[in-house]
Amino acid sequence: MLAAMVATTPFHERLSTLNDQHLYTHWQGYLSALRYSHAPKHEYFAVRNSVGIFDTSPLYKYRVTGPDAERFLAGLVVRDVRLVRPGRAAYTPWCDDRGFVMEDGILFRHSAEEFVLTSARPTLAWLEQHRHHAKVEISDVSDEFGMLAVQGPRSRTVLGALTDVVNHLGYFDLATGEIAGAEVTVSRTGFTGDLGFELTVPADRCTDVLDAVLEAGEGHGLRPFGEEALNMLRIEAGLPLVDVEWVDSTLAWNDEQRVTPTELGMGWMLKGVRDGSRRFIGSSAIRRELEEGTSRWATTGIVLDWQDWNRLHRHKGLLPVKDEIPLGWESWIRDADGQQVGYATSLMYSPVLQRHIGIARVRPDLAKPDTPLQVETTILHTTELVRATTTPMPFFNPERKVAKP
Amino acid sequence: MSGPSVPGTASDITTSSVDPQGDWDAIVVGGGHNGLTAAAYLAKSGMRTLVLEQRHLVGGAAITEELRPGFSFTTFSYALSLLRPEIIQELDLVRHGFLPLMMPSSFHPTGDGDYLLFGDDLGQNLQMIRRHSAYDADAYLRYHHDLDQVVQAVQPLFDNIPPNLFGSDPQDQADIAWLLGHLGTLDKKVVHDAVRLLTGSAADWVEDYFRHPAIAGYHVSSGIIGSKLGPMSPGSGLVLLFHKMGEHDGHLGSWAFHKGGNGGFTQVLARAAEAFGATIRLDSPVEAVLTRDGRATGVALRDGTEIHAPVVVSALDARRTFTQLVDPTELPGDLVDAVSRTKYRGVSAKVNFALDGLPRFPALPDTVDHFGGFLNIGPTIEYVERAFDASKYGWYSERPYIDAAVQSVVDPGMAPPGKHVMSCFVQYAPYELRGSDWDRERHRFGDATQAVLEEHFPGFGELVLQREVVTPVDIERHTGLSEGNIFAGELLAAQMYAFRPAPGWSQYATPIDGYYQCGSGTHPGGCVMGSPARFAVQRILADRAR
Repeated sequence: MLAAMVATTPFHERLSTLNDQHLYTHWQGYLSALRYSHAPKHEYFAVRNSVGIFDTSPLYKYRVTGPDAERFLAGLVVRDVRLVRPGRAAYTPWCDDRGFVMEDGILFRHSAEEFVLTSARPTLAWLEQHRHHAKVEISDVSDEFGMLAVQGPRSRTVLGALTDVVNHLGYFDLATGEIAGAEVTVSRTGFTGDLGFELTVPADRCTDVLDAVLEAGEGHGLRPFGEEALNMLRIEAGLPLVDVEWVDSTLAWNDEQRVTPTELGMGWMLKGVRDGSRRFIGSSAIRRELEEGTSRWATTGIVLDWQDWNRLHRHKGLLPVKDEIPLGWESWIRDADGQQVGYATSLMYSPVLQRHIGIARVRPDLAKPDTPLQVETTILHTTELVRATTTPMPFFNPERKVAKP
Repeated sequence: MSGPSVPGTASDITTSSVDPQGDWDAIVVGGGHNGLTAAAYLAKSGMRTLVLEQRHLVGGAAITEELRPGFSFTTFSYALSLLRPEIIQELDLVRHGFLPLMMPSSFHPTGDGDYLLFGDDLGQNLQMIRRHSAYDADAYLRYHHDLDQVVQAVQPLFDNIPPNLFGSDPQDQADIAWLLGHLGTLDKKVVHDAVRLLTGSAADWVEDYFRHPAIAGYHVSSGIIGSKLGPMSPGSGLVLLFHKMGEHDGHLGSWAFHKGGNGGFTQVLARAAEAFGATIRLDSPVEAVLTRDGRATGVALRDGTEIHAPVVVSALDARRTFTQLVDPTELPGDLVDAVSRTKYRGVSAKVNFALDGLPRFPALPDTVDHFGGFLNIGPTIEYVERAFDASKYGWYSERPYIDAAVQSVVDPGMAPPGKHVMSCFVQYAPYELRGSDWDRERHRFGDATQAVLEEHFPGFGELVLQREVVTPVDIERHTGLSEGNIFAGELLAAQMYAFRPAPGWSQYATPIDGYYQCGSGTHPGGCVMGSPARFAVQRILADRAR
């Protein structure tokens, strides 16, 4: 008998009983459900109209503590960590010293001297290598916790039946709550662009907490959702995904695969870089990029022209395809003359918006909203150009996402 | 029939009250989904547009009502399928809250305790078929492909204003040439299949593919919706095809449930219309269309108020458009003849429930997936045909066919947590009962419906908190749809396309200049589709440009 190579998350035992499809991917070595039912769209609509839960445990989690924790992290990641108060969380990428993005994650600040950083890839060595003389303790706590995302307009109602904490959390706030007798970190975070929360739960208490959430969700249309639904949701939210929107700069083969924070659409978090008041790994290169205007790309949303899309399909005797499962490959973006001026990394039909949308990278001068472009696609064995226009992201951005409780 | 008595010539009505803001380019009579759609397009074109709705809420037959605190009932129309995708885009409906929740499953109890459950995964659907009949599995693939091909072939007819087959001006000749040209491009098998569907029975069509009675029964049921036809009646094939013409997100024949029910959808339409600048006036029943010298000049409300506009658009059915709002003696005799011959014959009822919990299907005790879409209660063709029999003789089915949906499973906002609303579309319930009337039979019909549900979902009765029985007479009374026909005129070949609502009058104009029709009684027909209104406005704008 072979040793089991694939791991399971602490929620898996219970969640798998709710999965009648048995379709899993391997996410960082963990079984991760692609879908739970025959229709991932049903799971998608649960998040957009009621509430869904997603097992996000395979994220790596690193605890950083000590008197120098803030200074240490501020010198590491792109986001200004000094502005992240205790009880707050912040999304941030981090870069190599050439200012190219490596990874991204959420930084949770529990107290003045205690942080937890999530990451999609192992990051401990990198953290350690940059510690130098900082008075911090860094530990990999990935296996100590499961993470459960509870997302959708009813997420607060459902979790509110278990802990009052959710009724006081603003967008990206976090607090400690008690659910099913377990001490749980509740944060108003998620990857769906909707109202939602994430629960960070001690691994040995995950089943109890999950059961409590499932019970509280009864009557509210709660459904577990898988990676397919998550992918639709995160594209509508305009949230980039590593290995789709970019490649970790330390694992890339050439600079064409690499992007800078500005090129990735994260220029808004670079305050203090240009005037040198803030330094972190890669900030000098980013400063030069900003000063010299050398960004090669800008990230923008694109919306396909529905009439053009329909016409091209009907002309070939096909029903216009409206597939909510994003394309698994890049599509070229061309200007009116047919010159390639960018590429779309994620392209899908959005059921909520009733339009084909995409996350794209275009020449910076073409990123202004409503710039007319063309997207290259293939329809029935031939290459076709579909009209498209640029649009700001997020594509879908309900008020409830950030509304005060 | 009930309804307002036919007035004399509309201009006979004298009144002193004139609408103070009476500076309108267009008035739309009726605030149902087509009236609102027309108003939105008219206002979008820059016309000052007024919608007059007789009731206290917009929506017509597409409304949602909170009949019990926390429970939202879709009183009449209950799902979306045929809404044309172009309308969603052109009227920017997403911005106004358009949210179609997919109904990804379809559930069909087979009558013996077993079931068919279909979802989004084709392979799983095939296994579901094979569990009952290995023969029918590949038939299932061919069936849908053949039907989809007919849909594709018919779609250009559906999505364009029908030619005036009886016109002789160059435009009519060009339109007819276009039609013949399109038909000339079609494959002979597709044409033959189309003719089989358009003229034959749903049962014949379905049984050419399927052998298993329950699998055939599942596929046949869309052939009877809203029609005084059994699955074995010629003509039911057309109704089956019609229901396959819908699409959502690129899937033909798929259904969605709008957030908040179809009333939620018409609220979206109303917001869109108002955003484009239209004005909606509730509690404003129109008594008559005002005319002078063969031209429409406005409308008179039941309270005597006159409101003037050079364009008046009726979203009502043909009977009301041509014989109630205007004086039929002013219209060509052949039009009035055709309108008076139009078959309505409503046979559909709604029985809506507020439930204390989810019904329980014994073979599927621990899942809700089978409630994620329609529940098709009519196990076999024979069952449905027998349900039809009674209606031929002026009576309702003792064991009716039911198209049910527990909408609160798809949209939990429709009922309090843990509670549910269930919409049941029930046939057959003929508009006219022989030897009785609906006020006397309503309760018994509700009982008959509930008894069928009890057969399939034992214990159902204990869950019922409230029951609403909506008969064809109620449909007519509240929405104005003649004889309670949900399509504003039956989907019979002789009442479709260039013959809808009458030969020579299928292009949204009427013999009265400035008076137009945009209701479901015009091409392409009923269901929450919006196309009649979209085409009508195309016609209005073309006329104004002339």
